[in-house]
Order: sequence, then structure tokens, then C-alpha cells
Amino acid sequence: MDDFMIRALIGGFGVAAVAGPLGAFVVWRRMAFFGGTLSHSALLGVALGFLLGINLNVGIFAVCAVVAVLLVTLARPSGLSNDTLLGILAHASLALGLIALSFMETQRIDLMSYLFGDVLATTVFDITLIYGIGAIVAGGLALLWRPLLAVTVDEELALVEGIPVKAVNLGFMLLLAVIVALAMKVVGILLVTSLIIIPAATARRFSTTPEQMAAFAAVGGCIAVAAGLWGSMQFDTPSGPSIVTAAFALFVLATAVPAFKR
Amino acid sequence: MLDSNDPFAGADPLIEANSITVVYGNKEILSAASLKVRSGEIVTLIGPNGAGKTTIVRVVLGLMAPDRGTVVRRPDLVIGYMPQNLHIDKTLPLTVGRFLVLGSGRRRYSEELKFQILDEVGVGGILETPVQAVSGGEFQRVVLARALLRDPDLLVLDEPSQGIDVTGQADLYRLITRIRDRRGCGVLMVSHDLHLVMADTDEVVCLNHHVCCAGHPETVTNDPSYIQLFGKQVAGALAVYQHHHDHDHDADGNVVPLDGDGGHG
Repeated sequence: MDDFMIRALIGGFGVAAVAGPLGAFVVWRRMAFFGGTLSHSALLGVALGFLLGINLNVGIFAVCAVVAVLLVTLARPSGLSNDTLLGILAHASLALGLIALSFMETQRIDLMSYLFGDVLATTVFDITLIYGIGAIVAGGLALLWRPLLAVTVDEELALVEGIPVKAVNLGFMLLLAVIVALAMKVVGILLVTSLIIIPAATARRFSTTPEQMAAFAAVGGCIAVAAGLWGSMQFDTPSGPSIVTAAFALFVLATAVPAFKR
Repeated sequence: MLDSNDPFAGADPLIEANSITVVYGNKEILSAASLKVRSGEIVTLIGPNGAGKTTIVRVVLGLMAPDRGTVVRRPDLVIGYMPQNLHIDKTLPLTVGRFLVLGSGRRRYSEELKFQILDEVGVGGILETPVQAVSGGEFQRVVLARALLRDPDLLVLDEPSQGIDVTGQADLYRLITRIRDRRGCGVLMVSHDLHLVMADTDEVVCLNHHVCCAGHPETVTNDPSYIQLFGKQVAGALAVYQHHHDHDHDADGNVVPLDGDGGHG
């Protein structure tokens, strides 16, 4: 196997292993559209990263974090429903990101690699970054796990039982912002949400506890990465979309198999 | 039972809401409403739909800040809460046993204790069942068990009998009374089932944005503002209902529903 392929596999595994468990919460809390909004705003982060000359991941995380905080704080006073607000923020930030990028035509920017990922170009530095930050996200999620689960079941009950619901929600959204920034390298801005939610949705029918579903989602994500990269080599298809297609194929398979048994 | 002396007169309140006013837009949902609950006391909030019953419960629980008024809690008060509608997404794989301990932070409970607490509310043996697979009535009891696991000083129940058939409702209210007797906790509940709750309630608070009347059930049912709120027929019927009938008949022999849908003058 070529070196770049091994680096791509290692990087992809790192992202999928963390995206799976977070994705389980996204599925339980019906926040798929929220993930989509974060990933759309990531392009603005890319542009900011270029403009300010900082690491792109940092730029993406900063913009995603701002969008997450805006969502939490705007939800009440604006009186708009959450999905409307999400739609507004998703597309406003995407449009702003595209405009900002258009100002930088002198710098040659490969837009496609941000939109659809560029996992085959994963460097050793990228891998260090993915595993370093991934470990922090995994640790954060482990710390948040118990209260987050209680809040996911019922916010008001959790509040009465003494859980700091707002802080827990904000913490979860920030973790999600980090993972969006990380996953962009693998599947790209447009497909980030899929790497987060498809493995989790696939894991549902095999799980009897929340922890099991999170673990299965992590494993399923890794299988999708491996299968997608293999397919990408075999059929010379773009890597990001191939990984997502593999995840989707797994989902279809998982949905269909038990149905035949009955 | 006809003793007019307040058996809780000397007790310090667990929780006391004073002159709570909540304004929504330009409408007062609550106008200077007050209530208190003492240890061992069952306080039932009744009133028509939209009268602000759930609002005052949310204020008491601290889920919502009132525009005016204060809520005083006894220090270190542990509240067990049973919300009106608890929906758990089908995508979340969660057993009854796991649901029970979600509200108890890092504390650990033995399987035996979890079984006991479920048994106390009459649904022992479903520890391993997914929460989505139990019936509505069973789930209400599981939610109650989760509240009891915290060993609460005060139980707050918002329409606990929702989605339960009439016999089940009577059972549930008897269970709540038994829990109060055994544990000596205070109970604050919102209820539509006036006929079922009256007999075991120590204090009825009749709410229609403001507190129309409050007191022992027998005092309240004779209060003119109570009769005005629920209509003569229903109010009169309630005197009969203290004998545990589950419905009444009007002059034509039709069953009279007891949901308070009467207007308020």
C-alpha cells in the first residue's frame, strides 16, 4: 500500500472514531440540521484562516463556535423557530464564505478540496492534529457523557435534578464544532454531516445501550472510511464522496438485513 | 375528616410561592398567585385549561423566573419532578433501569434497589425493558420511580394521570397517597381529575390566572368562586364524587365529564 494511502486511513480512522459517538447524540437530539449549518459555516472559517494567515482548522473552529453560540443566544429573542434560524445562518455564512474566498483569487485556492475533502493529501502533521484534538474531544465527551445523556432525555427534568443544562449544551456544541473542523479534511464541508450521522443511524438497530450505539457508530465510521478509500483506489473515484457512499451502503445493508430475518 | 383545624399549621413550608405574577405579551398568565407546600401535605392545583397551572409549577421548580413575586425554598430541598409530557426519541437505546438512574448523577444504585423502587410504584420486573416498549401508564410510574430514587422532600407532579384509563388513574392517585404516607414528603400536583384527587388532597388551590379559592377540599367545593369557575353541575357533582364514583350523570342520564371547561366570571 502506498504511504499516502496509509496516512489517509490513519487520519480517517481518527476522525470517524470521534465523529461516531458525537453523531449518536446528534441523532438522539434530532440535530442533524444543526450539523449541516456548522459545516456550511466552515467555508467562512477557511476564508478567515487564509485572510488572517492562521491554521485553517482554527479558523473553522472559531467560525463554527460563533455560529453555535449565536444559535443558542438568538433562539429565544428572535422568536424564530430553530430550523428557520439554522437555515438563515447556514446559507448566510456559506455565502459570506464564498464572497470572502473570491477576494483571494491571487492566492490559488482549491475550493473543491474544501468542499469535498482531500483525505489522500493527509500529512503526518494532519495526523498529529487529528489524534491530538480528537483525544481532547473524546475526553470532553466522556466528561460530559452522563449529564449530556440526562439533558438529551429531557432538559427540564435535568434542570430540576440540578444539571447545568446550558453549560452542558454549549459544551456539546463546541465539541461538535471541533469535529466539523477536523472532519472537513476527510470528507469536505458539504459531506461532513454524513460522517457524523450516518454511522450513528446505522448503529441504532444493533444497540441496546447508548454506549453500545456510540461504540458501534465509531466502528461503523472506520469501516466506511476503509471501504470508501478502497473503492476510491479501485474505481478511481473522489475519496470523500466514496467514503460517504460506503457509509450509506453500510446503512442500507444494516437496515435491510434484519428485515429479511423476520 | 371534617376537622377544620389545619394539621400542618405548625410545619415550616418546604416551598412557598408568594404573589407570583407572570406576564406573557400583555396578558397576565398569573396574577399574584401564592401557594405553599409543607412536609406530608398533598396540595392539588385545579383550574380550567390555560389557567396557568403548569406556569406556576414551572416557577416553583425554578424553570422559569416570575415577573413579580418570590419563591422561597427550604435550604437543601430535594425535588422529585414528574413532567407532563416526557418523550424519549426512538433512536435512543435506553432501558428502564438506565432511565431510572439518569437523574442521580454519579451515585450508584444496586439492581436490587432499582427493582425495589419500581416495585414500590407497581412496575417491578421491567428493569431491562427499553423505555419505548413500556405502556403509557407504566412509563408514568417509571418517571415517578425516577423521582423517588432521589429520595425527595417534595414531589411535583404535572398531570400524572395523562394517557391512563380511569381505573388506572384511581390506582395512580392511591399510589401517590401511599407514597406520601410512607415517605412523609410533600406533594404538589396539577390535576384535571377533580373527582379522583379530592378525597386524598389536604389542600386544593383553585387557579384561574389568580387563586380563586384555596383550602380543604370540602371548604373549596362550597366556595362560591369555585362553583362559579366549574359550574354548578360539576361542582355539585363533586360532593358525590368524594365517595369514589368515577363519573356522574346529568338529568338525562348522560355521563357528565368532569374536565373543568367552565368559564370564569
